[in-house]
Amino acid sequence: MMRKFIGVCLLIVTTIFFIGCGNAPSKTETNAGKTIVNKDVILATTTSTQDSGLLDILIPAFEKKTGYKIKTIAVGTGQALAMGEKGEADVLLVHAPAAEKKVVDSGAAIHRILVMHNDFIIVGPTNDMAQTKGKSAKDALTGIGNKEAVFISRGDDSGTDKMEKSLWKLVGIKPSGAWYQEAGSGMGQTLKIADEKQGYTLSDRATYLAQKKNLSLQILVEGDATLLNIYHVMEVNPEKFSKVNNAGAKAFSEFLLSSEGQGLIAGFGKEKFGQPLFFADGGKTEKDFGL
Amino acid sequence: MDMIVKGLIQGLQLLLSGDSEVLEVAILTIRVSGIATAISVLIGIPIGLWLALKDFYGKQAVNSIVNFGMGFPPVVVGLVVSLFLWRYGPLGELSLMYTPLAMVIAQAIIATPIVIGLSFAAIVSLNPKLRWQLISLGATRWQASWLLIKEARLGLMAAVIAGFGRVISEVGASMMVGGNIKGQTRVLTTATVMEVGKGNYDLALAISMILLLIAYSIVVMLTYLQHKGKSD
Repeated sequence: MMRKFIGVCLLIVTTIFFIGCGNAPSKTETNAGKTIVNKDVILATTTSTQDSGLLDILIPAFEKKTGYKIKTIAVGTGQALAMGEKGEADVLLVHAPAAEKKVVDSGAAIHRILVMHNDFIIVGPTNDMAQTKGKSAKDALTGIGNKEAVFISRGDDSGTDKMEKSLWKLVGIKPSGAWYQEAGSGMGQTLKIADEKQGYTLSDRATYLAQKKNLSLQILVEGDATLLNIYHVMEVNPEKFSKVNNAGAKAFSEFLLSSEGQGLIAGFGKEKFGQPLFFADGGKTEKDFGL
Repeated sequence: MDMIVKGLIQGLQLLLSGDSEVLEVAILTIRVSGIATAISVLIGIPIGLWLALKDFYGKQAVNSIVNFGMGFPPVVVGLVVSLFLWRYGPLGELSLMYTPLAMVIAQAIIATPIVIGLSFAAIVSLNPKLRWQLISLGATRWQASWLLIKEARLGLMAAVIAGFGRVISEVGASMMVGGNIKGQTRVLTTATVMEVGKGNYDLALAISMILLLIAYSIVVMLTYLQHKGKSD
């Protein structure tokens, strides 16, 4: 009886194992005459590209065209860059120029190319106790700091967080105290917390527009040149990390900069939000933005 | 309140309309959690049985470790499994990171101590003389163990239900080792977190409703199995 029981157990385990492995990535697949050796490409990116819905447009188009399969890991820019530095991702789409340069300088990533931009905005409660409306980003933050108005920081080392920290440095304020609160979460969640606490926060425009229906926060500061939010794509260096899928990374990078990719980016959001969420910048460099 | 009602309705609509994306996510959720639970049962019940029947030096220490494991934080499991499965980790060659199998591994690790602990308790709570009686009546050790399992069926099924409940509701480890990849490793819990991030609270609620519905249906099924045969 027991032997039968063990037999049944073994049978279950083997079946389960095969079901479990059922959709393990196949390593070789032929597509349109050319052989793609490894079709899984790990894209490490920021939550804003996923939460805004942009990737839902770009990735299916890319996959259909090339036969690669993108595995999107949407984390903060800090974590995405860290994945690149460890060779755990193949391609990075992030928005923290200073931190990106460090990763390129270290040799972990190559071919850093500008893809698109949108802009950061400062949002806050309707009563705007620190009187920031229409001011420059610098004056607005100085006002918030001096008034000690509630400010919710992402606090997650993302691109937005890095931008915010650099702005505080720019105005010479070391934010601390009860008014400065670190959420430690993505942009969507941070906006919600700021809304609940009637505080200010720095957001990318795309996430704010996508979230607007749930928020009472208003856009108070926008259009300031210091608030540009620039996205670069980078390939993880295959010479440093032999296991990265560089062919796939290259294909994705090329797709983003192709006329099809740029067109998808430029058109995204127009219908739903009445304005584009991202501006396609293929061929431009940071110098074009005066950076 | 309005939102909660709307979420409920939307959840039902999504399920009934057979939205392929939601369906895919739901099926993967059942598969991953089901396989993880099955593995934890196959490993956990024999160990629980062995712990209950065998006396050895340091048994208390082993029991305390099992009890500790029952409440082990899933995020820690997720982190440790990631460290092993990273491309450049010790098991990187298997390229399991961001696959459903990686999620199965993490979830099985989370559920196994629960199954061990509860099946241990189920067997121990039987009359200790029962086993000796069975053996004196001519049962072999294996036969005696099998009869004990049958006798403790209620408690053992509770162990299975608890293990399953833990893994299907788990999000931290699944997010870390699975990555919430659309069409590949997105399960109901990670999809909920993502929709909250996107500000789609109604959709998040709808997905949660589907999760609750599935979890409840499976628990009902297991409960039925648990009590079936009581009349035998």
